[in-house]
Amino acid sequence: MKKYENRLELLETMLRIRAFDEKVDELYAEGALHGTAHFYVGQEAVAVGVISALRDGDVITGTHRGHGHALAFGLDVKKMAAELLGKASGYCHGKGGSMHIADVSAGMLGANGIVAGSMGIVCGAAWAFKRRKEDRVAVCFFGDGAVQEGIFSESLNMAAVWSLPVVFVCENNQYAMSLSVERGFANSRISEKADGYGMPGVTVDGMELPEIMEVASEAVERARSGGGPSLIEANTYRYLGHSKSDANLYRTREEIKEWRESDPIGRFAARLEKSGDLEKGGLPEIEKKIYEEVEAAFQWAANEPEPEPGSALEDVYA
Amino acid sequence: MPNENGTAREITYREALREAMTLAMRNDDSVFLMGEDVGVYGGAFGVSRGMVEEFGEERVVDTPLSEAGFTGLGIGAALVGMKPIIEVQFSDFITHCMDQLVNQAAKLRYMFGGEAEVPFVLRTPGGAGTGAAAQHSQSLEAWFVHVPGLKVVMPSTPHDAKGLLLAALDDPNPVLFYEHKLLYNRKGDVPEEEYRVPIGEANVSREGEDVTIVSAGLVHHYALEAAESLADDGIEAEVLDLRTLSPMDHATVAGSVEKTGRLVVVEEDVKTAGWGAEVVSRIVEGESFYALDRAPARVAGADVPIPYNKNLEAHVRPSPEKVIEAVRSLVDERVGVYS
Repeated sequence: MKKYENRLELLETMLRIRAFDEKVDELYAEGALHGTAHFYVGQEAVAVGVISALRDGDVITGTHRGHGHALAFGLDVKKMAAELLGKASGYCHGKGGSMHIADVSAGMLGANGIVAGSMGIVCGAAWAFKRRKEDRVAVCFFGDGAVQEGIFSESLNMAAVWSLPVVFVCENNQYAMSLSVERGFANSRISEKADGYGMPGVTVDGMELPEIMEVASEAVERARSGGGPSLIEANTYRYLGHSKSDANLYRTREEIKEWRESDPIGRFAARLEKSGDLEKGGLPEIEKKIYEEVEAAFQWAANEPEPEPGSALEDVYA
Repeated sequence: MPNENGTAREITYREALREAMTLAMRNDDSVFLMGEDVGVYGGAFGVSRGMVEEFGEERVVDTPLSEAGFTGLGIGAALVGMKPIIEVQFSDFITHCMDQLVNQAAKLRYMFGGEAEVPFVLRTPGGAGTGAAAQHSQSLEAWFVHVPGLKVVMPSTPHDAKGLLLAALDDPNPVLFYEHKLLYNRKGDVPEEEYRVPIGEANVSREGEDVTIVSAGLVHHYALEAAESLADDGIEAEVLDLRTLSPMDHATVAGSVEKTGRLVVVEEDVKTAGWGAEVVSRIVEGESFYALDRAPARVAGADVPIPYNKNLEAHVRPSPEKVIEAVRSLVDERVGVYS
């Protein structure tokens, strides 16, 4: 997994996620991509902040909105681009696509197309680590919609009763597709549910990277040292639609604009300028470098070979 | 009964399962058993009785009542190198686990492009005949035959129960292991040693020339009982125990049907879209269709939920008598009069 050496790398990774999903959005608009995808634009600080608190051996599970988790974990942009384009050299050799990018041997246990589908799976990885006395941690990313699924409750209860080394990270982006948290919950403060399961829960500003890093480090440390699971609710927002076909009928332009004004990349870049980690006015140059890297990855992927048709019949069984 | 491995002795189906799990857990620290009441209670049907005393609560794990959750947990543990045995107390409760089995266990390897393995075993008792009524008596195994990526086994004897469970634990794929409540006390010869019954191989449990009876699980014994009665009247049935429903051993079924020219499937699940339909379809769409001299027949559960009353329950289930009747209709020389 990716080791974040300095604060600039955190910024670059957030930019890479944004550049990647903006590119994917653009390709859909051109009709150059098959299928669908869900964009992480706006939520970049959550994946980067949490994953930067991890170390080699730790594992994560992502969601259908999963490009950000994979890139923050250090998956290769080219192999991800190839998967989006359905190419044989993609992470899943063209069989998974956007919603199933995984690198199991590296510890990225997969994006998951089923809302809350990986919440039990993450408990299993953590259960194995505990049973084998390995000081590894498992992180589960999920959205506010997943909290409404039954397995959310089952998983948090199991993790707490067995004191499993799990960090549950709820990316509360305010909408489960079109359903706002206000319409989906009587009590929409998701972190408060933690108390009912007997674990600590905290709400954090999901647009503010240093705050996420702080609560994630605390939760990861607790898990690693045998203190059991935690629930982090990161308040965030997806700037783009739920997926490529969203007409945004359930929210206002003003609301989107308001959230964009607290952009996690802009805020973190300003901090870095202040601290001297980033040259004043240095952001556009870094942006250019990252956007070019992503562009090059998709160009490379576009020229990669298609999978053999017969490969569709392979890999059903090991 | 002596066998290739040396010593065999008569034990129950329940004991054979326990023996397989115990041997696997002694040999491989990554194997564990998890489910509701599998620990000190010994499992609802006593299959794991005594195991927590040997292996401790870390490896024989009582779970909260969270079938989806602990099924998912087993899948996740398998992804990182463990070999879980998940017990679902009644197979009816598997409805809670559908996302985990169908969308997760069955799909992860394929959708990750072959870059993952899920060596996961889920044991569960199915079947009726216990007076437990509609929510504790179903035979839902055909659902999973319909899902590529899963294997489905359904042993009928203590010997196969032990050998198939050990084979399932060796298998790098998710395996659904169907037991039957009315088989747990059934006795049979079982070698003491470790051995495997290969997944995907049917067994010809009785040879005959006149009709092929294909079955699996508890009702395989109904087929054998029927065959003995029919033999008194000079009808020699060949009885096949599929043992594995997916992947299905079509070659053995086809070979037998080509010999006898007649096929009866005996299955406990409801007839409509049951796994017996798949057995029949593979015969009639293949070369062996031309070997048939009668239309195939199915003896299956009626298309109703399982009722409580003993007589009502018996009325909707397969029985040796119903198998005998079906075979007699089929060998009747007046073509087309069978029902």
